[in-house]
Amino acid sequence: MKLVEIPTMDEVQVERWRADFPILESEIHGKPLIYLDNAATTQKPQAVIDAEARYYREDNANVHRGVHALSQRATDAFEAARTKVQRFINAARSDEIVFVRGTTEAINLVAQSYARPRLREGDEIIISALEHHSNIVPWQMVCQQTGAVLRVIPVSDAGELDIDAYENLLGERTKLVALAHVSNALGTINPVRAMIAKAHTHGVPVLLDGAQAIAHLPVDVQALGCDFYAFSGHKIYAPMGIGVLYGKALLLEEMPPYQGGGDMIRTVAFEHTEYNILPYKFEAGTPNVAGAIGLGAALDYLSEIGMETIAAYEAGVLDYATRAIEDIPGMRLIGTAQDKTAILSFLLEGVHAHDIGTILDRQGIAIRAGHHCAMPLMKHFGVAATARASFALYNTQEEADALAAGLQRTVELFSR
Amino acid sequence: MNELRDLYQEVIFDHYRSPRNYGPLPSANRDAEGHNPLCGDQLKLHLQVEDGVIRDAHFEGSGCAISTASASLMTEVLKGKREEDAMRLMQEFQRLVTGVGEPEGMGKLEALAGVREFPSRVKCATLAWHTMQAALENRHVPVTTE
Repeated sequence: MKLVEIPTMDEVQVERWRADFPILESEIHGKPLIYLDNAATTQKPQAVIDAEARYYREDNANVHRGVHALSQRATDAFEAARTKVQRFINAARSDEIVFVRGTTEAINLVAQSYARPRLREGDEIIISALEHHSNIVPWQMVCQQTGAVLRVIPVSDAGELDIDAYENLLGERTKLVALAHVSNALGTINPVRAMIAKAHTHGVPVLLDGAQAIAHLPVDVQALGCDFYAFSGHKIYAPMGIGVLYGKALLLEEMPPYQGGGDMIRTVAFEHTEYNILPYKFEAGTPNVAGAIGLGAALDYLSEIGMETIAAYEAGVLDYATRAIEDIPGMRLIGTAQDKTAILSFLLEGVHAHDIGTILDRQGIAIRAGHHCAMPLMKHFGVAATARASFALYNTQEEADALAAGLQRTVELFSR
Repeated sequence: MNELRDLYQEVIFDHYRSPRNYGPLPSANRDAEGHNPLCGDQLKLHLQVEDGVIRDAHFEGSGCAISTASASLMTEVLKGKREEDAMRLMQEFQRLVTGVGEPEGMGKLEALAGVREFPSRVKCATLAWHTMQAALENRHVPVTTE
């Protein structure tokens, strides 16, 4: 009698999701693509690709200025995307959603428009030791401009923030806290809700860098209480070159524009220019309309599945993948926080991360090898680079097994 | 997988695990630092040059198998070379690892020819050579592969 294997619910649903992503059918070096570099960028579902293409095919026109039908259609689609973002992160108002190029631009906007005019010499900005360079350098720049000082929350060897140290850092001089919601290099989910509440007792606003959280956890900016939330479209299955800055309207209202140009003004005379209302005050120039529409399509796609479902599924894959690789000889996992998204950062004894990357690539497995734009964090762990496998909703336990087998092969090759 | 074997040859592993001429060189009169920002690899190169001839060469730093083996092999072949010959060898080496032509008479450096199938790793192989160029030109700003 032949035994028939009945696929599990997880297997059924992930197969359905995988079918939505055309690139997953590719072969790399003659092997099926196993894409585990999702923390760098995610692949795009057909719905997103179609939404962008359809916009250019059927609706393309500039927004907010034409009286003609196409311009109206483009404007409606662009503003509908804004409303989708608002709903997805549960912002109170749609004019709290500012379209930007990505997380980096969103953080720079807050650094220059919110922080710079307010900071005085000796004021302090708190960040953490596990930030991406894009949540370090903009603050260093504004510190140089104003004489303010950067204070850094230390991280434990497990990759968790030292909350006691954070509470001690908060004080009268603190003017802003800027934190990763999720660490890009380790996957640590920071206890941001409690940390925001703590900052607020000192009257200090908090910016969350949500680049690595937005595609993997349900995000509710009102429940979190954050004052700013930044994320990139391309890390949430949407096109590159579109991103979001959420800001509380009260704060955004008080901030001067970030860039000058068209669309951000109400009236211009050579003597005086009156700025536009929110959010257009921060959207100078023709925006990435197609990108915003693609982002809206991605959020629709995810909402249909449900972020809770995705988070639960990815947690299962993380557990499975961790078990699959942790017993490989010479394996050292970097980042073992209790609360993690599906990121495995690791070292193999005697094998440089870059060599691991090359050997896995030849087996069709895409991972990242390097410092992950978090050089201070790498320094804390005393390494120049790690290998990082980062998972998304379309990754499977089978792929985790392939990763483990690939690493096993790497070990064998290097023990020749 | 054969390309992987061509890349990671026995010689490469040997020089990766037991790098030759590794460590400081007190008699050095030309030093330079090289940096590959892509992977964080760092390399220090020390050369002792007399009358236009490289008498000794040492390196320090941490890197991947390719960059370490390349630095180790380079320090071996540089000894006794005239400066201009070393620079010419660098050009040849560049051709070897990028697959532009088939430079001949490269000796033990030919172990790195497999790199040509891995464009993303060319910088690993050439880091040591760029650092040598900086040392010979007496540049004191670290060179980078980017």
